[in-house]
Amino acid sequence: MNGHGQALATRRTRTPHHRRFTRGRRIAFALTAALAGLIIVAPTAAAEIVHEERSLYQNVLVTRQGSRICLQFRRSGERRSQSCKDERRPRHMVLSYTRMMMGALLVMPNPNNILVVGLGGGSLPTALAELLPKAHIDVVEIDAAVAAVAERFFGFEPGPTMRVVVQDARVFTRRASRQAKRYDLIMLDAFRSDYIPEHLMTVEYLQETRALLSARGVVAANTFRDSGLYDHESETYHQAFGSFINFQTGFSLNRVIFASVAPLPDAAEIEAAARQWRPKLRGYGVRIAAFPGEFNREQDWDRTKRPLTDQYHPANLLRNGEEPKR
Amino acid sequence: MPPPKITAVHLLAFFGGFVIMSLELLGGRALAPWFGASVYVWGSVIAVFMLALSLGYLLGGRLSQRRPSLRKLGVAFLVGAVLLYPLAHVAEPAMAWIFERVEDPRYGSLAAALALFSAPTVALGVISPYAVRLLVDAVEAAGRVAGTLYFVSTLGSALGTLATSFYFVLWFETNTILTGLALALLSGSAIAFAAGRER
Repeated sequence: MNGHGQALATRRTRTPHHRRFTRGRRIAFALTAALAGLIIVAPTAAAEIVHEERSLYQNVLVTRQGSRICLQFRRSGERRSQSCKDERRPRHMVLSYTRMMMGALLVMPNPNNILVVGLGGGSLPTALAELLPKAHIDVVEIDAAVAAVAERFFGFEPGPTMRVVVQDARVFTRRASRQAKRYDLIMLDAFRSDYIPEHLMTVEYLQETRALLSARGVVAANTFRDSGLYDHESETYHQAFGSFINFQTGFSLNRVIFASVAPLPDAAEIEAAARQWRPKLRGYGVRIAAFPGEFNREQDWDRTKRPLTDQYHPANLLRNGEEPKR
Repeated sequence: MPPPKITAVHLLAFFGGFVIMSLELLGGRALAPWFGASVYVWGSVIAVFMLALSLGYLLGGRLSQRRPSLRKLGVAFLVGAVLLYPLAHVAEPAMAWIFERVEDPRYGSLAAALALFSAPTVALGVISPYAVRLLVDAVEAAGRVAGTLYFVSTLGSALGTLATSFYFVLWFETNTILTGLALALLSGSAIAFAAGRER
């Protein structure tokens, strides 16, 4: 399965030799050589570039390493993959954040109308369309080149219940709001090569998104766990939604936020949803039963940090640890 | 022209250049919540600034034909400040109004950029050619004078861009920066009036 947004998949991608060992396909010499090579070049291990284009917004790269095909907006760096798909296990959600985002089904178990902001390789909408065949899914993607790559390389298929709108998410949200559209689940996963675009991480944008939710609607947002923005972002979400579920797990450096208009479901309801979804999500590599124990409702951020607004959003400067004057 | 006045004219050209690019950078950010951060939003902003500056240059050149003086240059700064100051207050309602009426975000952003930024930028465009006229006292010096003024004002533009994108957005809200730019123009006007006094 593929996905969009950025995730730390390095712990997996750096040790592909495990697979080769267990298969016993290589002789000792080849293994030693491969290992030596991995030790030297592991972080930039040469993946073959199968497609490259300069779109209006970024460099769109599709790389292949073994059976794994990934969408990248830059060549190097730890979180370079926006989206990955394992062609031998096409359903398996490769990047940790995509699996985490599926935790939204514990908070909103049966959404009928879904909005996904940021297509990437289309992992999230593809999985949602398979799991919820009756649901209507709108996907907003700013970059037409990304939409084309998702269909050509990642098996993303829009259809009668799934459409892609090539538009800036902020414009889409305002227009949809005026058309009185409502969604039961909104997944926020719009990423540029470095991080979430600044105008999509403000209190005002989240309020506009909140206004698009149905009465029991839920937002699931992919963010980074280790960024200098963590406190600012948490406070931004808190201003727009009040309390939310903060989901961090294992080695993943992503943090997923679940927030809603109505009060969030209690532990028993979440456990019930986990039982409902567990068998269906197994094929996707999503260990949903383990998620509820890691849903945190405490305020674990510095509440004195300034929320990001349309007036004040130096997002990437803050991300790199710059401290604003107050 | 006595040296203090020459310095004042250069300082004013620097101020003008600084404010133009700072405003342009803020312009793109101000439009994003309504029209997105798509490439055509920046296209609209840049096009409007170029258009407004071109008209400003034309106007400045014409105005410089009629008894040019530092005090009149001060009026251009004052007009710029007066046109720039309300942006902080009218930008949101103006963009909402345009968003309701123009469906296509390309033309929506173009209309918004025109409505908000063209008037103050025309006033700022007046500065450069007018300053050239003030400093040129002989035809042979015209190229050198114009070159120095372009150097100073474009250096101001470079610093305005850097200061705004590196630091101002980290320290202040957009409206605070806009107010600061209006105050900078107002002080430019004061400098022009002070330096332009007849003794």
